[in-house]
Amino acid sequence: MTLTDLLINMKVVLPLAVLIAWACVLLLVDLFIPKGHKGWTALIAALGLVLCLGLTIVQFRQASSGFNGMVVYDGYSFFLNILFLSSGLAGIALAYDYIKRMQIERGEYYVLLLFSISGMMLMSQANDLIVVFLALELLSIPLYVLAGFTRPRLESEEASLKYFLMGAFAGGFLVFGIALVFGATGTTNLSAVFTAINNHIADLPLLTVGAALILVGLGFKVAAVPFHMWTPDVYHGAPSAVTAFMSVGAKAGGFAALLRIFISAFPSLSTDLTMILWTISALTMFLGNVVAIAQSNIKRLLAYSSIANAGYILMALVPYGNSAVSSETVSAALFYLVAYALTSFGAWAVVIALEKAEGQGLALDDYAGLARKYPLLAASMAIFMLSFTGVPPTLGFMGKFYLFRTVIQGGYLGLALIGVFTSLISAYYYLRVIVIMYMREGEPVASKEFWVQFTAAVTAVLVIVLSLAAGPLLNLASRAVLSTF
Amino acid sequence: MNLVLHPLTLTTFLPLVGILVILFLKPEWKNAIRWIALLTSIATFAISVVMLTYFQVGNPDMQMEINTPWFQFVDWTISYHMGVDGLSVLLVMLTTLLTPISILSTWSAIEDRVKEFMIFFLLLELGMVGVFVSLDLFLFYIFWEFSLVPMYFIIGMWGGPRRMYAALKFFLYTMAGSILMLLAILWLGINQGTFSVTELISRGSIPASIQFWLFLAFAAAFAIKVPMWPLHSWLPDAHVEAPTAGSVILAGVLLKLGTYGFLRFNLSMFPNAAIKLAPWMAGLATIGILYGAAVSYAQKDVKKLVAYSSVSHLGFVMLGLFALNPQGIEGGILQMVNHGLSTGALFLIVGMIYERRHTREMNAFGGLWKVMPIYGALTLVVTLSSMGLPGLNGFVGEFTILLGSFGSAHVSPWFAGLSTAGIILAAIYLLFMFQKLFLGPLDKDENKILKDINWREIITLVPLLIFIFWIGLYPKPFFVIMGPAVSKLVNIIQAAATAGLP
Repeated sequence: MTLTDLLINMKVVLPLAVLIAWACVLLLVDLFIPKGHKGWTALIAALGLVLCLGLTIVQFRQASSGFNGMVVYDGYSFFLNILFLSSGLAGIALAYDYIKRMQIERGEYYVLLLFSISGMMLMSQANDLIVVFLALELLSIPLYVLAGFTRPRLESEEASLKYFLMGAFAGGFLVFGIALVFGATGTTNLSAVFTAINNHIADLPLLTVGAALILVGLGFKVAAVPFHMWTPDVYHGAPSAVTAFMSVGAKAGGFAALLRIFISAFPSLSTDLTMILWTISALTMFLGNVVAIAQSNIKRLLAYSSIANAGYILMALVPYGNSAVSSETVSAALFYLVAYALTSFGAWAVVIALEKAEGQGLALDDYAGLARKYPLLAASMAIFMLSFTGVPPTLGFMGKFYLFRTVIQGGYLGLALIGVFTSLISAYYYLRVIVIMYMREGEPVASKEFWVQFTAAVTAVLVIVLSLAAGPLLNLASRAVLSTF
Repeated sequence: MNLVLHPLTLTTFLPLVGILVILFLKPEWKNAIRWIALLTSIATFAISVVMLTYFQVGNPDMQMEINTPWFQFVDWTISYHMGVDGLSVLLVMLTTLLTPISILSTWSAIEDRVKEFMIFFLLLELGMVGVFVSLDLFLFYIFWEFSLVPMYFIIGMWGGPRRMYAALKFFLYTMAGSILMLLAILWLGINQGTFSVTELISRGSIPASIQFWLFLAFAAAFAIKVPMWPLHSWLPDAHVEAPTAGSVILAGVLLKLGTYGFLRFNLSMFPNAAIKLAPWMAGLATIGILYGAAVSYAQKDVKKLVAYSSVSHLGFVMLGLFALNPQGIEGGILQMVNHGLSTGALFLIVGMIYERRHTREMNAFGGLWKVMPIYGALTLVVTLSSMGLPGLNGFVGEFTILLGSFGSAHVSPWFAGLSTAGIILAAIYLLFMFQKLFLGPLDKDENKILKDINWREIITLVPLLIFIFWIGLYPKPFFVIMGPAVSKLVNIIQAAATAGLP
């Protein structure tokens, strides 16, 4: 590969490459930023994200592929990269004061965040199973470290170790699945796998098992039942700012890979895989929502809620083999991911505002009386809870509306029924948060940090406004198509 | 007509202006907040009166229709589509009339978090009017679900001791029905390609076999809201716990969202299924009438009594609607309005005495007439109206309904016959209530010092009483408003009935 070739190829991954370079440089720069002034690191990291966001928006003209088809750049990755980079910004905003308050302010925090985002971006662009694996590790390893960031605290260390072990385990499944797919088709390139299946030169049983194992591996990442066991403990133990980022970024990253792999490589396996996806989706929605009812800790409640939400997004994937709706599968899932991301970040911002040192202030009862003392904070939390439930006019409702539409159009009315009924179950615990905030008396204490409040307010407004003016976002999601090369 | 200055847009969204103003007021400025809320709701009423002057009596179609694309949902165009016809215009008026009355009734009853209360109350008005005027299924669903939220807060934040339970139950019950309707709406969108209610009705292209399921899915949402027996169990809880103003709106308007839904969607869009299921619906309605009346009689708490009487009265509405003939449906619509007036007034009355004595147990009272004669007289009129005494509004509604259901080609006259017993039972439990409260000896010391109702309280009741007498003595204008639209609806059903015959 000559230098010009390299440059041409680099164009495909330009924002990603810039971000990685930025993160590496930041790692060095951070050494010269004195302790106690790590806000500068945050600022530089945020600048990097904004720069990459700008690059992403400016750069996108047409779909292209590079590095011999290993990575691609299309409407799909454009949409997701914007989501990832914005999540990064939200992640920094939430962490900025939080890590100071928790006395874990170290510059690596932001660097690790950037690395993880670059992993997510690579995930959305990966067109080769090996790159998927690479991206998954790049995404996960910084998160393992971040989960244990409140180091001597046992819960945090436990979260980190648990996440790491489970992640490694899941990675094993993924690699094994990739190996089987390679064995069955002789290639790891998604387009080539698709061609091999279509030309009937693939060993189908082997391939199906391989695909199923890939599903298992990524199922861990998105926290789908029965691969969700780690989620509550990790979400609970990790610093809340990390959890917020993880609950959005890691999940979206997992789905980025899942959607691309299944839709561009395995559409013809859908007869076998659909039933599996159907079952996983139904179980995830059901279990996540039912177990959430029993939670008395807000972090665990949101953890189970995030499990349930993985189930809803998976619902969109069920009819992926039906070529009439497969493009809607993608846009419905992406749209819902945005809705979930905004709602989730907002809810976590409120959690962070109320959290006190040593894991205090996280019980649901600590929210009693919030509406009286902090009406705006309580109102935004109420909006997020209603959005999670799917009550209009919120983005969560629009997202679910789109998902159910796709599922019914794909011919799975039964799954849609399960979806709406589990939403009803979820209403119970989301409303309980509102009940506690608005209908009980208490003396909560919230921190008045600007960026946390700012995140809560902005996401609350967006959740409402984007649902009433849903046109542009819907339009953007419908253009987020997967291109094949 | 301009999009923003359109009478329907204004009627629906004017409360937002009041909310915006209230948001900038300090929570301590309670009276300012009350006045802004009251003035906003009066202005909304005024605009709805202006809207009524635009309304052409005799025109069976949608009027003041406004239809602009809102946004593109993949291949669906979601429209900002509103309009009123004879079926909905009276209910819009009822909503805008009851809201200022309810706000006025809270003047001294709500002292805590007035700001939030008024915001939620105006949001509630917005949601309810929106439901009555929207003609796009998506828009309708948004208003429908949204109207749940403020009511949930009103019950949960300002309600009685078991308010949290009642609020949650109210929300979950209603949402359970709504989500089935949501699936049906999605089905319509996917298979019919439009959310426009008027277009779906005029096209009439929904296959009869599917209509059955769609009917059931929509009915799930509406039957819970009405509430029809056996889905009524949220109602007594919600009513008993809700603050007075909440109960007035809940009984006066929110329940009508359900019956209106049947009228606008189930009867108009799925006429074949409506004919097929009419006997069942009428049967459930009859059970509701008798059951509600019987249970009312057993109550010791006045508010619970009134709450259960709603189950009974709404049963009459449903019986009328599913008679599927002009008298039945017209009676049903009129009875919706009647129930809003009479039961709304009853809840106000219960609220007045509760504010004074902080109890609603009937045994705690007796002989109140001696100390509160004005209160007693007004209560008597309202009670008689709710009972269906000739000359007052309830009679006209119930009589027309029974006339319709006796002559119905679709439901057996037996239902009407049995329902007549409901009127007698209503007389029993309402007179029983009146007797317990106002007659007999004034033997409790706490009651001897009670003050009669003040001017503000009289003003809240007077508008309702005017309509109670008006409808009772000269109901013609009301029938004239709804008549053409009802005949149009009956023609649709008739056409479906003849086309459906093999």
